[in-house]
Amino acid sequence: MLPETVAPRKLTPIKAMNEALAEEMRRDEDVVLFGEDIGAYGGVWALSKGLQKEFGPLRVFDTPLSEGAIVGTCTGAAMAGLRPVIEIMYVDFTTCAMDPLMNQAAKIRFMSGGAFCLPMTILAPCGAGTSEAAQHSQSLEAWFLSAPGFKVVMPSTVYDCKGLLKTAIRDNNPVLYLWHKALYDLEEEVPPGEWTIPLGQAAVRREGRDVTVVAYSLMAHRALEAAERLRGEISVEVIDPRTLRPFDLDTILASLGKTGRLLVVHESPTCCGAGAEIVRQVTDRGFDLLKQAPKVLGGRDLPIPFAKSLENAVVPQVVDIVAALRALISGGRVDG
Amino acid sequence: MRFSCEELKEMYGTMVLIREFELSTIEVFAQRMRAGDFPGALHSSEGQEAIAVGVMSRLRPDDYVFSTYRGHGHAIAKGIPLERVTAEVHGRATGASRGFGGSMHLFWKPLNFMGGNGIVGGGLPLALGTAYAAVKRGTDQVTAVFFGDGAASQGAFHESLNMAALKRWPVVYVCENNLYAATTHVSGNCPLEDIADRAAAYGIPGVTADGNDLLAVADAAGAAVARARAGQGPTLIEFKTYRHRAHCMVIPEHRPNQERTAWRERDPIQRLAAMLLSEGLADQAQLDEIRRRARERLEQALEFMRQSPLPQPADIEEVLYAP
Repeated sequence: MLPETVAPRKLTPIKAMNEALAEEMRRDEDVVLFGEDIGAYGGVWALSKGLQKEFGPLRVFDTPLSEGAIVGTCTGAAMAGLRPVIEIMYVDFTTCAMDPLMNQAAKIRFMSGGAFCLPMTILAPCGAGTSEAAQHSQSLEAWFLSAPGFKVVMPSTVYDCKGLLKTAIRDNNPVLYLWHKALYDLEEEVPPGEWTIPLGQAAVRREGRDVTVVAYSLMAHRALEAAERLRGEISVEVIDPRTLRPFDLDTILASLGKTGRLLVVHESPTCCGAGAEIVRQVTDRGFDLLKQAPKVLGGRDLPIPFAKSLENAVVPQVVDIVAALRALISGGRVDG
Repeated sequence: MRFSCEELKEMYGTMVLIREFELSTIEVFAQRMRAGDFPGALHSSEGQEAIAVGVMSRLRPDDYVFSTYRGHGHAIAKGIPLERVTAEVHGRATGASRGFGGSMHLFWKPLNFMGGNGIVGGGLPLALGTAYAAVKRGTDQVTAVFFGDGAASQGAFHESLNMAALKRWPVVYVCENNLYAATTHVSGNCPLEDIADRAAAYGIPGVTADGNDLLAVADAAGAAVARARAGQGPTLIEFKTYRHRAHCMVIPEHRPNQERTAWRERDPIQRLAAMLLSEGLADQAQLDEIRRRARERLEQALEFMRQSPLPQPADIEEVLYAP
């Protein structure tokens, strides 16, 4: 058992997610965890540390190196009424399980006319910034957003990492939950005990008057830093949607009612990215709120390169966000 | 395990019902196509009825079954109400999947019929999950997963057998080797004479059996199911069989006439009928009566389908996510 905590304490995302897993496994016997190296070793990210000891090898299940079989097992187990959580070591490796994910898990409820539920969570790290090159650094949320049937969760804070993971596990649908590797060492103070956060509820991270920035995952932190650098020059409101499906458009529209300007920032490729979809939804329902054309600052349409100097050139940096905001305010061009 | 005379006649009746169902479905689809309406893909299992009926005869109602896109026979043999199968295949709101799945995606939760699959080998990894669930819950339920000779070339086949063997999970792998993956002969897919030999790579039993002989099917399935139920792990069974029809209605196939004729002579329904007659278990009049009843039963199901409404798109989005 993890020690009972009474006072606010500092946690990292991994510790927060580990708590969420332990609490949900204590709460519900049907919650099981599958993945590679997750048992006695505790997972390569230490996400499942101590869990096999508490819950046993049948519920914290070490698998062979077979992402397709892992996701297939968990899809079938969910159909049978269990509530599996899968750790995929890197989101990049979901490519090895695309049939079970896209053709099976995402569609079985629909294809069966609603007869089956698939309560399952796919938990994986994403993102660049760790010099792991093109096959260990991607942010693949857009692929899953274009697959109806999935929910997509991308926390940016330690508090959200725990609260959203608990909600994802309790959700009766396949949820892709992506945490960012570059936030591995983040330490934040969180309250004691348990909490959940509903899916589909954005957080206003900073209030402002001139422009609304929508940014999630690591980019929420960079957007806040950019806003801070522009203090006194541009008043920036930063909204972290936290979940991309369901998506809290209302909070963004309310903000645009105030600012009239929108910049969406994400690190995955700009082409067909979440930003394009967010702008579409905003122009569908909130075109009249906009004082000027909304912009997307996404990752460049390139694989993630290895060398830090190259990697930084592909993913939006704080200076890029600052420049984009200045360009937006002055009516100039934003280079995406 | 031997069957009683009544059991054999009942299984014969189910095989005949599947055959009549396949023939009627082809006819309805062909009519619609002639009328300029493409009603979807249709994969007939004509010729493979003994495998569906023989395997299901060894399973309990609470055992899990994963089927394929050639799964009408599996669904009927598992016991999904014929009306629901018929309505689904013809796209009605009363169908087993409410018209959302069609011929390739028949599901029936009350009997743990976990669906057909439009992806070759797509059910193989899913079957691991129901097997795991049975182990986790300490039940003795078995999972049977059907697939074809083509699927044995998919990575999913190898990943699945490896994991099931490693964990000794209660899965029966039912390979229906009907000689062709779409139009490609099995010799173009597998360097081995017997797909069952692949079991050796995973340290599990691999068995071949005559898939057109109901009793041989039931024997092989019975041994594999007993093994799985006793916690001794998975078995790969390869049933040698033949589909009389093309892969699906819209892909014409050119196979040697001699081959077709030879396999027609080994038709599983004719063989069972001949056995019943020669052993004195039934006379021709009784067999004719069984066929007449099957046709009558099918006509009732078709009438149910015709009286059923088309699915309405009003709540189509509500089905996607569970509350």
